[in-house]
Parts: sequence; structure tokens; C-alpha cells
Amino acid sequence: MKALTQMLTRLGRGSLFLIKILAGIPQLFLRFRLVVQQLHSVGVQTLMITLVAGLFVGMVLALQLYYTLSTFGAEDTLGMVVDLALVRELGPVVAALLFAGRAGSALTAEIGLMKATEQLSGLEMMAVDPVNRIIAPRFLAGFISMPLLAAIFSAVGILGGYSVGVDLLGVDSGAFWSQIQDKVDFYDDVLNGVIKSFVFGFIVSWIAVFEGYDCIPTSEGVSRATTRTVVHSSLAVLGMDFVLTAIMYQ
Amino acid sequence: MFRSIELSVGLFVGIGLAALFMLAMQASNLSSFTSAGHYQVNARFDNIGGLKVRSAVKVSGVKIGQVTTIDYDSETFEAVVSMQIDEKFSKFPRDTIASIFTSGLLGEQYIGLEPGGDEKLLAHQSEIRHTQSAMVLEQLIGQFLFSKSKDE
Repeated sequence: MKALTQMLTRLGRGSLFLIKILAGIPQLFLRFRLVVQQLHSVGVQTLMITLVAGLFVGMVLALQLYYTLSTFGAEDTLGMVVDLALVRELGPVVAALLFAGRAGSALTAEIGLMKATEQLSGLEMMAVDPVNRIIAPRFLAGFISMPLLAAIFSAVGILGGYSVGVDLLGVDSGAFWSQIQDKVDFYDDVLNGVIKSFVFGFIVSWIAVFEGYDCIPTSEGVSRATTRTVVHSSLAVLGMDFVLTAIMYQ
Repeated sequence: MFRSIELSVGLFVGIGLAALFMLAMQASNLSSFTSAGHYQVNARFDNIGGLKVRSAVKVSGVKIGQVTTIDYDSETFEAVVSMQIDEKFSKFPRDTIASIFTSGLLGEQYIGLEPGGDEKLLAHQSEIRHTQSAMVLEQLIGQFLFSKSKDE
């Protein structure tokens, strides 16, 4: 019972915090430099891991699916299957998990340390609102980066699938692309994937900045908050993915 | 210092948008519907089988358009299918036949057009008179069994 009240209190605090962040976002367009700086540390620095992971996921998908598809004599559909798997599910989900591990944890640790070293209260003393100045730019940067990272993940994954499928396993290059362009729908598949990645970016950034801002200001508290960010946002991404998929592809 | 951050962020956003563009143009069917004009033609079928919105419209196996809406006319008890055909292919005689075919044995269904011999052409919003319904596998099997048992 006590645990439940505690959980609900945290959820309520998180929601109120989110409203405060959202209210602070319009002002950010006057100081966009802050967002650009965060785009660098949230987006650019997650780019490398996304590129490498996307490439390998695409290659493994092609390798695995080829053996199953070739038993039906349907190797030509390899491109379509890889593309659908990436664009609909793996692109948004795996990119969001990587994003939570790479950028979300860093956000929480950074904000948590700022709190532990009383930088946030220092800002408040100077009449600067830490939510507007520190939290909102990071949240917005995460929200913007996530769809871009997911799109990069899917695109690189398709290229990886192409390199394995066509160059290594000998699927016809023309069949690979024509099956993709014939069967993958822009609105139903690609755009729904982009919507998913926007939702994931929102959730992961929200959890990361909230955990940092709400942590117990000790070294142990910061480390716990960082762990919680990764665990909670990964679970939230997977759970939301189920809900969104159920809504989108009825 | 800040210039190099701006540059890397610009690069990141650029790559991201390029990836989105690639997904849209290369890795989906968006590029096949970029032609400027098309016109609408309607057809009535007794049974459309598994035809869906955005199913292909083909003539001689070449894709020339897609199905835009599927409706049911409760006065005549028929399905009304309207399709969009590329303006490039505007010279179809009025007595063109529209049939619903299946690609492969179990593949997707599409509308196949067979041009007739009329000198007048199908216009925008006109209706194809001669149609042939989709073949439903269960009906076919039923007919087969029925004729088989009659033989014996």
C-alpha cells in the first residue's frame, strides 16, 4: 500500500514536472543555442552507436531471414521483409533502447550531479529557472534527436541488409528494391514508424530528465536514478510499442 | 568551439533528414505515385473478394493506378470501387472490361483492365460497365464438388 502511494506520488510529480517543461519550451526558440548544444551531446554523440548497431541489425536480419525464406523459394522478398521489420519495429524500438542507454543515462547523471553539487539551487539563487534553462533544452533535444536516429538506424539497416543479401547471398539487386518499393507503404509503414519514434523520444527524454531532477542528491542517489532511467525507459518503450502497434496495425 | 558544435549538429540533422528521405523515396512506395495528374473511374462488382484500398490497377500487367475508395451500394446490392488512373494512360475505350484477379495463387488481388473496341473513351468520373467479380476459392471448390457429385 505504501509502495503504491509512493509510486502514484512519483507519477504525479513527474506529470507536473512535464507540464512545467512543456510550458518552458516556447521560450527556448529565443535561445536556440542551448538546444543546439544539447543536440550535440544527446544526438550527435549517440550517432555512432546507432550507425554501427543499425548496420549489424540489418545484416543479421538479412542473414537469418534468407535461410528461412529460401526454404520457400521466396528469397526475392528479402528486401521487403528486412525493410518492414526495420521501419515498423526494430528501427524505432532498438534506436530508442540505445538512446535510453547512451543519452538517457547521461542526461540523468548530468542533471543528478548538478543537483548533488547544488548547481541547480545556485541557478535558482540567481533567479534563473533551472527547468527552463537546464531541463527544457535537454528534453527538446531528445525529442528532436530520436526520430532522426530511428530513421538513420532503419536506413543503415536496409543498406546492411542489402550488402549481406545482395553481395553475400546473391539475391537479385533489382528484386530487392522492387519488392521494397512495391510492398512497403509510405503512410502505413514508414510514417507510423516515425510517429512511434517521436513517442519514444518523448517518453525516454521525459523519464531521463525527471529521474535526474528528482534524484536523491548523493552519489548513491545519482547512480540509482541513472539505473532507473535505463530500466524504466526501456520497459516504457517496449510497453508503448505494443500499444502503438496494436492501435496502428489493426 | 561553438562553431564546431553547430557544424556537427548540422551534420547530424542533415544525415537524419537524408535517412528519412531515403526511407520515403527508395524504401517505400511513395515514389511510384509522384506523377502529376490522374483521373477517376468507377466500377461496380458483385463481389470484390479481398480487394483493398490502394490495391493496384493494371493493364497487360503494367500498373497504371490504384483503388481509392470501396463502397457498397445498398440499392443495387453491389460493391462500388473507384480507382485513380494515371493521366498518361487516358485512352481507354468505353467498353473496357474490369476484372478482379489474384496475383499468383494466393497473392494480393488487383483490378485488371482489358481495353475493348469502342471509339469513345472513358472520361473522368465515368463508369466501367463490364465487370467481372473476384473468384472466391470456397465457391470454386463448392462448384467443383457439386458438379462432381452430379456426375456420379
